[in-house]
Amino acid sequence: MQKISRDILVEKAISMLENGDVCSVLGWRKGEFDYDITPAVFTDKDDIKNNFVWNDFCGANFSKYLVQKTRKAEGKILVFLKPCDTYSFNQLLTEHRFDREKVYAIGIPCEGMVDINKIKEITGDGISSIDCGDKITVNTIYGDKFDIDATNVLSERCINCKSKKHVAYDELIGDEGEVLESNRFDEVTKLEQMTPDERFAFWQNELSKCIRCNACRDICPACTCEKCVFDNPKSGVENKAAANSFEEKMFHIIRAFHVAGRCTDCGECSRVCPQHIPLHLLNRKFIKDIDGFYGEYQAGDEVGSRAPLVNYTTEDIEAADIFEGRDN
Amino acid sequence: MFKCSIDSLDKIFAEISKNATVYLPVDNDDGKAVYTKWENGVKWSNELNTVKSLKDFFFPQVENLMEFKVEGKNIEIKDIRTESEDFVVFGVRACDVRSFDILDRVFLVEPCDSYYANRREHGVIISVACTRPSETCFCNTFGIDATSPNGDITVWKTEDALYWNANTEKGKALLDKLNLDECDDSAVNEQKAKTAEIMKRLPLASLTTENFGGGKTDELFNRPEWKTLSESCLGCGTCTFVCPTCQCYDIKEFNNGNGVIRFRCWDSCMYSDFTKMAHGNNRLSQVERFRQRFMHKLVYYPENNEGIFGCVGCGRCLAKCPISMNIVKVMKTIGGND
Amino acid sequence: MSLMKEPLIPVVGVITDVRIDTPDIKTFRVVTPDGKKAFDHMPGQCAMLSIPGVGEAMFSITSSPTNTEYMEFSIKKCGCVTEWLHQAEVGQQITLRGPYGKNFPVDDAFVGQNLLFVAGGVGLAPLRSVINYCRHYRERYGTIDIVYGSRSKDDLLQYKEIIEEWATDEGVNVHLTIDREQEGWDGHVGFVPNYVKELGFDTNKTAVLCGPPIMIKFTLDGLYSLGFEKTQVYTTLELKMKCAIGKCGRCNVGSKYVCKDGPVFRFDELDELPDEY
Repeated sequence: MQKISRDILVEKAISMLENGDVCSVLGWRKGEFDYDITPAVFTDKDDIKNNFVWNDFCGANFSKYLVQKTRKAEGKILVFLKPCDTYSFNQLLTEHRFDREKVYAIGIPCEGMVDINKIKEITGDGISSIDCGDKITVNTIYGDKFDIDATNVLSERCINCKSKKHVAYDELIGDEGEVLESNRFDEVTKLEQMTPDERFAFWQNELSKCIRCNACRDICPACTCEKCVFDNPKSGVENKAAANSFEEKMFHIIRAFHVAGRCTDCGECSRVCPQHIPLHLLNRKFIKDIDGFYGEYQAGDEVGSRAPLVNYTTEDIEAADIFEGRDN
Repeated sequence: MFKCSIDSLDKIFAEISKNATVYLPVDNDDGKAVYTKWENGVKWSNELNTVKSLKDFFFPQVENLMEFKVEGKNIEIKDIRTESEDFVVFGVRACDVRSFDILDRVFLVEPCDSYYANRREHGVIISVACTRPSETCFCNTFGIDATSPNGDITVWKTEDALYWNANTEKGKALLDKLNLDECDDSAVNEQKAKTAEIMKRLPLASLTTENFGGGKTDELFNRPEWKTLSESCLGCGTCTFVCPTCQCYDIKEFNNGNGVIRFRCWDSCMYSDFTKMAHGNNRLSQVERFRQRFMHKLVYYPENNEGIFGCVGCGRCLAKCPISMNIVKVMKTIGGND
Repeated sequence: MSLMKEPLIPVVGVITDVRIDTPDIKTFRVVTPDGKKAFDHMPGQCAMLSIPGVGEAMFSITSSPTNTEYMEFSIKKCGCVTEWLHQAEVGQQITLRGPYGKNFPVDDAFVGQNLLFVAGGVGLAPLRSVINYCRHYRERYGTIDIVYGSRSKDDLLQYKEIIEEWATDEGVNVHLTIDREQEGWDGHVGFVPNYVKELGFDTNKTAVLCGPPIMIKFTLDGLYSLGFEKTQVYTTLELKMKCAIGKCGRCNVGSKYVCKDGPVFRFDELDELPDEY
């Protein structure tokens, strides 16, 4: 359960709209069921009153939306940011992807978001209502009722939360948290310990599930190219389908290279993948390697920081050492 | 109607496998159902439905169409089509069975698509009646009876038995070979009545199509709600690719060093380059692309096909859209029956 | 089942003549390798041409069906396929399939009518097929007026044929115009829509328009102001196409597929479509 109540956020959003401080609000809109929340632009206070939600299902990260929305905005946009969202926010600012002046950012603490797929593994299909109280209470049309501990159904990225601290905001509601010691690299270590053949088989199995819907790319706050290379017919790599099973893997690997050093590990790619491919592991491998080769670096930690891959120093590790797997 | 025990299912699959490849929903390492080739030891999934629909079997995501040999100024066209193998897909839900009524009306009308027709001719669909629908199910909205699906053969599964009924000549021919015991339909009727009661309790049970259909273009096309509905659409292809009725495709080529292969692959009207030409694009914004997908399913398709809608209510887009925007939200907002 | 004929599989064609019409338009003559016309068509219908490895695209057939020996395509350099074609020489093989789409109603609605053709730039390509068909069956139609304009004299397509054949036909009036004054041009100067208004045609005509969207828009306004009805005016549309047989979904506008329900539409029919073509 989230510590800050929805009502506080609603009240804040409405008052800022009414005072003319902002012209629109980026927030989470109520869905058809209790878990299918849609990122939305609110401009009407009754709409906010009736449809704005803040609960354990508000996983969507709004940072990337600011790229498009600030271009058209006449005034400021109010955006609510969870701690992990603020890293994407900063990274986009570092890359000059939106006008900071057009945004009023409110940081809100997050107790972790739950994964509906994990809930359904417990409850089965046929959910009729979900209540996010102390426990997550699920009722089904089959008359079953489940009280679930949120900690048992947290999404992977929240189990391995890297920070409860907001690195950007104009205003903070609630208490500030800390950067956490997470175990987020454990899965990467497991992959590293595999033999090359095992690792190849692992990714072969995972990436062969890919349906090339591009949802991972389209949701990714680091993927904000005006024209993606994979959409450009003149690039020579534009393809809606993989020509063979080798190319199938290349899409994700190339994408991971493109966002290396810029990926904040927000986890949106894995959240939206319809095939549940653990795409974040590719990015985390890069983060772990960069940390090892160049010293710890968290993308989005501060605006304007020079990422190791775009910041040459004479102390940099030699390519040959990387090839041989030696840390700096 | 014929009956067999659940335990004899493997024996039945083995029998069918003598003449045709059998596919059925099987759990993958992630616990999600995927159509998988049957062989000894492969277990039928308990999941309600597969992540990707059955359309892959007849209209695969990628398929080679023809080959060209290019030498100097000369071109040779090679027809690389081959007769499809005979195959049987078992465990198909009512919604997915209906999707073929919709796809057939695209691919089999003149000029007939021979790639699709070839597979349709060689494929047998064995459907299975639903007993535990999900909150995302709304096949009922499109007049589909999940308790009694179509297909070449319909199967009802109870605690310990399977009941079989053939609906087509193809189905009858297959069922005849299986030598199952004849039985009456009392157990099946009992199950149908029970499931029908559950269907009434589904949260989307009251969703209607009354404000949609052919001839509604003027009324619906310029509705201001399209903008708000599409506001956060990512323009990805998830809805399109998990949809059992979306059939738009692209034709592309690649040179494998030995010749040029022209292939087709699924495409999505949600993609920014879908209508892009060398000299312009008639759908420049995501609002227009988003609207096209739903107008096509809810207005244009029925206008051309005697009122049949281009959606089967399988609920895949409800479960899979990264921003949880879907046809139900569109119907409730645009159709005004919220 | 033996595999039936597959509409997506093309036949081989050979380019037997390349004519440079304007700085960016060439006309290609195509026959099958054994020297025959690949298929019959009607005016306004299209064909998919491709160069394996480059791509496939839809083009209107500019030659008249009454030409039984070959087909011609007037193609403006615009994208990958057209750029490649512009480098092609005589003897180059390509692939083609068709004919696709609905033709102009030359054998029914047009019969007995006075015809007014209005074209701009490469927009003459699809109309040339109709014009030559109507000239061939001259007795079936009333007067024929052709208003054709381009940026400059050098950008006028089929100039030789227009001057030597069309303009000398009895009952065929050719009105040419170019956008700006040019040395060696003593004809009309000005945009096509204005010229149509200046010429002030009677409304006892069936009009056929083809050209850039902006020309269509203003010519249409002009025709309406002269008293023309939507039911008297036809045009031909161009949208992205891949399959050309109404299946791939790209050219879908409203309940119509431009590749099979079009590309020829009457303006009252277009009015029923959503405004996104």
